[in-house]
Amino acid sequence: MTDPLNSLYRDIIMDHYRYPRGHKHLEHASVTSEGKNPTCGDEIELALEIEEGKVADISVGCKGCAISVASASMLSELVVGKTLDEVKKIAKAVKALLKGEEDVEHLNVALGDLEALQGVKDYPVRVKCALLSWTTLIESVASWEQEESRKIGTTE
Amino acid sequence: MGRITMNNVVDSTAVDTIVGFDPTIIKKDFPILERMVHNRRLVYLDSAATTQKPLSVIEAVNDYYRYTNANVHRGLHTLADEATAAFEKTRKLAANFLGGAKSAEIIYTRSATESINLVASTWGRANIMKGDRIVTTQMEHHANLVPWIVLAKNTRAELEYLKIDKDGKLNLDEMDKVITANTKLVAVTHMSNVLGTINPVGEIIDFAHKRGAVVLVDGAQGAPHMPVDVKALDADFYALSAHKMLGPTGIGILYGKEKLLEQMEPYNYGGEMINEVRYDYADWAELPYKFEAGTPNIAGAVGFGVAIDYLNKLSMEAIRNHEMELTAYALEKLARLDFLKIFGPFDPEQRGGAISFVDKDIHPHDIAQFLDSQGIAIRAGHHCAMPLTRLLGIPATARASFYIYNTHDDIDNLAGSLKEMRRYFKYD
Repeated sequence: MTDPLNSLYRDIIMDHYRYPRGHKHLEHASVTSEGKNPTCGDEIELALEIEEGKVADISVGCKGCAISVASASMLSELVVGKTLDEVKKIAKAVKALLKGEEDVEHLNVALGDLEALQGVKDYPVRVKCALLSWTTLIESVASWEQEESRKIGTTE
Repeated sequence: MGRITMNNVVDSTAVDTIVGFDPTIIKKDFPILERMVHNRRLVYLDSAATTQKPLSVIEAVNDYYRYTNANVHRGLHTLADEATAAFEKTRKLAANFLGGAKSAEIIYTRSATESINLVASTWGRANIMKGDRIVTTQMEHHANLVPWIVLAKNTRAELEYLKIDKDGKLNLDEMDKVITANTKLVAVTHMSNVLGTINPVGEIIDFAHKRGAVVLVDGAQGAPHMPVDVKALDADFYALSAHKMLGPTGIGILYGKEKLLEQMEPYNYGGEMINEVRYDYADWAELPYKFEAGTPNIAGAVGFGVAIDYLNKLSMEAIRNHEMELTAYALEKLARLDFLKIFGPFDPEQRGGAISFVDKDIHPHDIAQFLDSQGIAIRAGHHCAMPLTRLLGIPATARASFYIYNTHDDIDNLAGSLKEMRRYFKYD
């Protein structure tokens, strides 16, 4: 097998693709979001349980290519137990990683399995596959925060 | 010089009619097909997106800029005369290629897309009124769909669709119901870029004319692959793109019946398209220049002319026969791969060489990515026909599409690599 292909479909990515994590139903979701890449047909449903400013639990269901499914699966493992600020920081680092930006190390974020996604940056068309779950996560957090601030606004 | 020119093709095909059409010889005229991709010889199966170019076309464009370059219809010098002659020669070639149209009926555009947009924004805006109906089909490319969606919205006209059956063929029984007396325009593709279906456009045109409708045929996938006679078809408009038929990108043709074109307002305004201009007045040049504002893609037209010559030398009948045979071979070969689902008609007589398929487990993007690693270029996605892929119940397909330079070996390579892909992704 040629090397470029293996640098994209690394073993760890293939494992997340074949056995996606985080695929379950959340009973008490604080917020749910859907994401789509209409051009390739990838779809994701993402739900977060947020307690005391932290992601207590997450569910992701992703239909799409190996890269989008693996990225969503890794996301589900990485963000549980993290504060929303940490989640945003991780998402920023993942974006930097996928877009091949130099400053990813300065962000000082442990990306775990996600490091395996750096091969994606050599395939510009696939970057949006890997990013789908992360942009959906960011939207999810933003819509939750907006809702919370609206609630606070009305109680005050 | 050691160059391979298209003379090879002429000699070997014209001289030996028994051997006839030989894609292995044709291949040699296409320098890019010598290229290695990921250490493998390129297998190019994406001609429905754009075809590769023979050396003669590449050199014609190069030579034009090197020896002839001048603006057309303006200067009174040798270069300008030569450039104008070459530019107009292609127009004549295109007119003949489409079955004896007049040069006045051949409008240069950027692409089939622009050709269709030209009709929508000139003829369409003048002739489609509130309550009128525009009919198109469920299998259209966005190029022959979005202009009509917008036109219908802006004019508050109805937009109706001829449906496809389970084999991906148009259900012509519905014409009577769908193409109503208030139908002003029927816009239909000659061949589907997703399903490969070749539509019986002659039959559709006859029916639509009985109802008083004008018919536009999107020939982006038609003209490159089969003989087209717009006069015999009685098409009102026919749109095509040069780059899908060996020519350069950025040049297309709109054929329109002279009497329709004469009634239409210009599409763009500026130089070239005028007759007389005063500070408060302008009137329009005669056909076809009325629709050709601005300096056109002259080099593109020159290259396109050589492309048409190349196709004519092979003959469109022979090209159609080659693609039918190759498609039959590919369909049979791919049908044996039980992990694939293939779309479109199975009868090669009713379809062209664009075959869409999905794998029961592997996403089309991953299919294309794997095949690329094997040096095989296919397309994956919705192929600019989102409503159709949605109708088929899938987000995207993989598509292999053929042209004059493709061989049985290319198909064998594809089928073999698809099996290897299953092992790579650990499904087999």
